[in-house]
Amino acid sequence: MRAALVRGGLAAVPLAFFAAFFAYPVAAIVGRGLREGGHWHLGRIGDVLGDGSVRHVLWFTCWQAAASTALTLAVALPAAYVFARLDFPGKRVLRAVVTVPFVLPTVVAGSAFLALLGRGGLTDSLFGVRLDTSVWAILIAHVFFNYAVVVRTVGGLWAQLDPRQEEAARMLGAGRLTAFRRVVLPALAPSVAAAAVMVYLFTFTSFGVVQILGGPTRATLEVEIYRQTAEIFDLPTAAVLTLVQFVAVAAILAVHAWTLRRRESALRLVDAGATGHRPRGGERALLAGVLAVVAVLILLPLGVLAARSFDGPHGYGLDFYRALGSVGDDSTFLVPPVQAVGNSLRYAAVAALIALVIGGLAAAALTRRAGRLMRGFDALLMLPLGTSAVTVGFGFLISLDKPPLDLRDSWLLVPLAQALVGVPFVVRVMLPVLRAVDQRLREAAAVLGASPARVWREIDLPMAARAAGVAAGFAFAVSLGEFGATVFIARPDSPTLPVAVARLLGRAGGTNYGQAMALSTVLMVVCAVCLLILEVPLSSRAATRTPAVPGTPPGDGPAADPAAPRTAPTREEVLR
Amino acid sequence: MTSTIRRRAAGALVLAAAAATVLAGCGSGSGSGGASGKPSKTVTVVSHDSFAASKSVLAQFTKETGYTVKVLRGGDAGAAVNQAILTKDDPRGDVFFGVDNTLLSRALDNGLFDPYTAKGLDQVPADVQLDAAKHRVTPIDTGDVCVNYDRGYFSSHHLAPPQTFADLVKPQYKNLLVTENVSTSSPGLAFLLGTIATYGDQHWQTYWKQLKANGVKVVDSWEQAYDSDFSGSAAGRKAGGDRPLTVSYASSPPAEVVGVNPPPAQSPVGVSTGTCFRQIEFAGLLHGAKNPAGGKAFIDFMLSKTFQQDMPLQMYVDPVVKGAKEPAVFTKYGAKIAHPTTLPPATIADRRDDWVKTWNSLVL
Repeated sequence: MRAALVRGGLAAVPLAFFAAFFAYPVAAIVGRGLREGGHWHLGRIGDVLGDGSVRHVLWFTCWQAAASTALTLAVALPAAYVFARLDFPGKRVLRAVVTVPFVLPTVVAGSAFLALLGRGGLTDSLFGVRLDTSVWAILIAHVFFNYAVVVRTVGGLWAQLDPRQEEAARMLGAGRLTAFRRVVLPALAPSVAAAAVMVYLFTFTSFGVVQILGGPTRATLEVEIYRQTAEIFDLPTAAVLTLVQFVAVAAILAVHAWTLRRRESALRLVDAGATGHRPRGGERALLAGVLAVVAVLILLPLGVLAARSFDGPHGYGLDFYRALGSVGDDSTFLVPPVQAVGNSLRYAAVAALIALVIGGLAAAALTRRAGRLMRGFDALLMLPLGTSAVTVGFGFLISLDKPPLDLRDSWLLVPLAQALVGVPFVVRVMLPVLRAVDQRLREAAAVLGASPARVWREIDLPMAARAAGVAAGFAFAVSLGEFGATVFIARPDSPTLPVAVARLLGRAGGTNYGQAMALSTVLMVVCAVCLLILEVPLSSRAATRTPAVPGTPPGDGPAADPAAPRTAPTREEVLR
Repeated sequence: MTSTIRRRAAGALVLAAAAATVLAGCGSGSGSGGASGKPSKTVTVVSHDSFAASKSVLAQFTKETGYTVKVLRGGDAGAAVNQAILTKDDPRGDVFFGVDNTLLSRALDNGLFDPYTAKGLDQVPADVQLDAAKHRVTPIDTGDVCVNYDRGYFSSHHLAPPQTFADLVKPQYKNLLVTENVSTSSPGLAFLLGTIATYGDQHWQTYWKQLKANGVKVVDSWEQAYDSDFSGSAAGRKAGGDRPLTVSYASSPPAEVVGVNPPPAQSPVGVSTGTCFRQIEFAGLLHGAKNPAGGKAFIDFMLSKTFQQDMPLQMYVDPVVKGAKEPAVFTKYGAKIAHPTTLPPATIADRRDDWVKTWNSLVL
């Protein structure tokens, strides 16, 4: 009874957040489309669904998302293992770098991607194959953008799985594959499913990638909703399409919940710093393969961007960076890069904080599996990922305009919109870890007299600290690169990096283009550096903090030093 | 033990309360411009993402009138107009700038603007005053969407660049043109409107069939066409663009030269002057504006020489006021379009949807 109350209390804050900043604005804009003169016009639903081209768009949206998800998992799961379990020089930096595509404006990354797949690109010069107008370009670009989602979500948990279970299975005669299939895979399933559903939702609402690489004949539902809302201004059609999108997303979430229900179980979680080892035998080939994929798929397009930013009118040099320095001297249009970096960091920090608090509370409320109501709540939190940015942006505009929520002209709208996308990441990253915490640990703590809050702080929080670091990094990266919703929120001028890049790109001229590339490079560096900074303290704190179950000496040594020999007792052992 | 937890809980409550106060403060502090009774000293201009002005020019407005300018930008021109319509009962500012002739009817039909006859309107040619009877909107600038060509390509191939719509379907220009999707790009739409204005509602489809047969490539955005596929722009050259013809603006040639040192004798980009469609951008006083006096002053200011002569380099558009001088880079490298095509806004509003749908099935 008391637990239910606590859970309800924890869920109340995220629920209120979603009601105010998601459900209400979206309902307002959908209502505006479907209600006219006080009557609902539900006949529009039939009209729109009867349209063959709409069905075609829906079909394409669904299958390309499914295919992109499968491909991303296939390419990124080995990398998740490599980043979770193998120690190699430069790992930390590389893990930050693979997340960079995630924050890049799709216009920028898309054009870099053309250098890989388009005319004169790598595939063209090596094999004479141009993929830039085929559906493969979309799928591969989706892998590029979502690689980090899998590496981080799955890798976060994988690093904490106790390798000795697998070793025990091997010892008992299981082959490498069998041990993986019977021991590791079931343990990983929830986080793989979580990563899959996030990649699916991201690619389902893909906008820029499909526009740039798919050519004009391919459109996702997102493109169509954007057109109907922002260009044609046919709100009824946009409303119906938004509802269709909800149904499609809800169906996916239902499948996700259904596959998960029996999979999640308590796991033996150990300190992530202690599970890594130097690659041996076949692992060296695996590592080499993963590094090769990263080099071609991620580093090459990023390198092309960076190279273009240095490729000035007088050969390679810093011309464009110098030009950036003079930007904004006498124009209201372009902002000095330092200011854009400052705006971006400020928004991203606030958004990440909101996402971490809201998502953390939600994850805490969802930790113990519960009835249908809580599962519905879980799904609700995911919906923003599958909702068009223009729907949210326009919804904000017409709904958050009256006291007590008169935020129309407030800068807070931007981080709020960004946090909507960040929260699902926080929940999906933290939940598998929290649910894997052995219930008996909590019970033991409770028996020893700890209150529920203390149990959470002393047992769950230290275990989840690493996941929280990963989640915070994601939420931060999401908002750093977020462009969709922010661009539809007319606001007093404080452009973020992606907005400033888009402004430069919107103008003709080599200098503008070069500056856009230079600013994109700045964005990449800022993102990588922030992720490095953001994760170091969180993961090292996770390594040094031990759960203060009475009787345990605090800060026991071995786990604090990732390089310490792994023969030292892990936290799990200390706890028991 | 319990006391620390309580203290923390209390701390969290204080934090939450503080956050709520901040939220509420932001809510009440902004957007309530002139509600307090005394006339507001701020003019709020609502516009699209491309709105730009020199700080010194806006400072001069403040010096002349005592009003400071606040700019709200949101999305492209279409999105900005639609947002203004959605919020017309409680407008977010005093002046809207950036509704063009392709969107004008939508704005006027929705009663977005109050009539105002701007000072200096007598210096604006009659052919751009599309609401001359009621003065709900004031023309501010014009821009022409035209086919651009890569000078280097045509001189090295000893080929005369195309000058008219009819030229584009000739065999010597096969597979040379890249244009934009009319449903996602405003220059793409303007180019389609130019062909409709030229060939009429009867024959434009035939023209586009010929264009398609002649190998026109369609991409989704101007950025993609100009910066990636077009071989004439600096960015397109870097990206290995292989189309020497694209649909862009008459102001692209000077834009290619700005910032290039030393300035070249000619812009690498030329304009096919017989392929242009004129876009006219308007400003209007928003109905229900909190500071109508300030809004009117800003519209007057936008027709002043100071603002008009600042626009070309800020927004790459042409001034509408007679006698406003263009900067040297425009007169030296730009193209003067004597006879651009155009269509009445009401016709565009009526037929646009059908045209776009037909174009989609015909070309894509």
